[in-house]
Amino acid sequence: MSEIMNNSGVFFALLGAAFATFFAGIGSAIGVGKAGVAAAGVLSEDPSKFGKVLIFQLLPATQGIYGLLIAFLVLSYTGIIGDPATVSMEQGLLYFAACLPIAFAGLMSAIHQGKCSVAAIGTVSKKPDQMGKALILPAMVETYAILALLVSILSVFGIAKM
Amino acid sequence: MPQNDYTYAVARVRFKETQLLSDSDLYQLLSQRDVDTCIRFLHDKGWGDNSKIETVDELLKGEDNKTWKFIDEIIQEDKEILDFFKIPSDFHNLKVAIKSITRDIDAEDMFLYSGTVDPKLIYDCVNKREYERLPEHLYSIADEAMKTILQTSDGQLCDIVIDKACLNSISEIGKNADNEIIKLYCELFVASADIKIAARCAKTKKDISFINRSLAPCDTLNIDRLASCASFGFDSIIEYLSQTEYKSAVSAIETSLSAFEKWCDDYLIDILASQKWEPFTIGPIIAYIIARNNEIKAVRMILFGKINALDDDIIKKRLRKMYV
Repeated sequence: MSEIMNNSGVFFALLGAAFATFFAGIGSAIGVGKAGVAAAGVLSEDPSKFGKVLIFQLLPATQGIYGLLIAFLVLSYTGIIGDPATVSMEQGLLYFAACLPIAFAGLMSAIHQGKCSVAAIGTVSKKPDQMGKALILPAMVETYAILALLVSILSVFGIAKM
Repeated sequence: MPQNDYTYAVARVRFKETQLLSDSDLYQLLSQRDVDTCIRFLHDKGWGDNSKIETVDELLKGEDNKTWKFIDEIIQEDKEILDFFKIPSDFHNLKVAIKSITRDIDAEDMFLYSGTVDPKLIYDCVNKREYERLPEHLYSIADEAMKTILQTSDGQLCDIVIDKACLNSISEIGKNADNEIIKLYCELFVASADIKIAARCAKTKKDISFINRSLAPCDTLNIDRLASCASFGFDSIIEYLSQTEYKSAVSAIETSLSAFEKWCDDYLIDILASQKWEPFTIGPIIAYIIARNNEIKAVRMILFGKINALDDDIIKKRLRKMYV
């Protein structure tokens, strides 16, 4: 029983890493997918816009990368990759909690950034000279993914020092 | 019920919107010397087929076909959602088929190929009296219209029967639609047709039973009242319409029916403005089709105006707002 309790810290930390990768990744996949469909529509009419629409399609991809980054940090601090380390159950639960901001903010922000990118692709398709302004709008959604990433990173670093 | 996602189709429409003629393009077209220079101007804008010399009719028909070919390409599923645009062509083809059979004339050129049913099938079914092979919206009315023309030899009565069935079908589609823009379009289609019928009946002094047979029910007009107003006279219609949501159209109706048609098209374009930027719904696609129809209508007006040597100012007054 005590052995299970000792390992449950690693389990919760791993669960947190999985959440961060899984939810942020799902959000990015949906967002990039939606933007990709719109980009394909524009390209079938005007292939010269490939460079422009690709930027919009890639915008919602960042949340998945943020989730991956947090997952790597957790895996590294808990000894799942790299040097072995001891993780108590409390620490494991804390790591799990630290992963939640990027997991859920990543999921939602990527989906909405994808929708915003679709609309921006429409704008660029109709008015290519408005590329700069159209880019700012979906980029604003990124702010909330960055805030969540910041909280998750600071939390993981803080827990590691405990 | 989840609605379909039209992201891909809307993205393609966005690009196509850039190729629509703007107001200034239309004024430029209007300022051309004659029809030939107009057609050259339109060719430069991507209209028609540059590989051959086309007549005005061929050019306009070709552009209409291009629109529907494009729409068929971008909407793979749930194509029947756009049937409300196509159904009037089916009823037109039914009229043509019945009249060409009963009067024994060749009306091949008068068929429209933008409907939901192949005109040849309609002709064949009517000719052999096999109405059950027709789709539901034509099935019972084909029989009734044929009987009407055979019993009365009255072409106008036959037209009324078919036109009313068309309006009822459109109204039914609007009532069952989930999409707000389809509801609005269908309602305006039926209401504007009712207003035009009432105005024509008032001007030609038709009796109330004829008017009642012609008008189709809709939500924004009380057709019993409209019919009784039409039987009293044109001023009575104006007075009634001043109390409905079409009061802004009254001055256009007083001017002429073509001014009222322009009012309807402009009104639709204004309503569509809010639908332009909904990238996941069918709204921008419907808006594009309406805009394209208006564009073709405007070009038709200019080209035939040039052919008939009409004054540019007269044509200009009838030009619709462009969507771009």
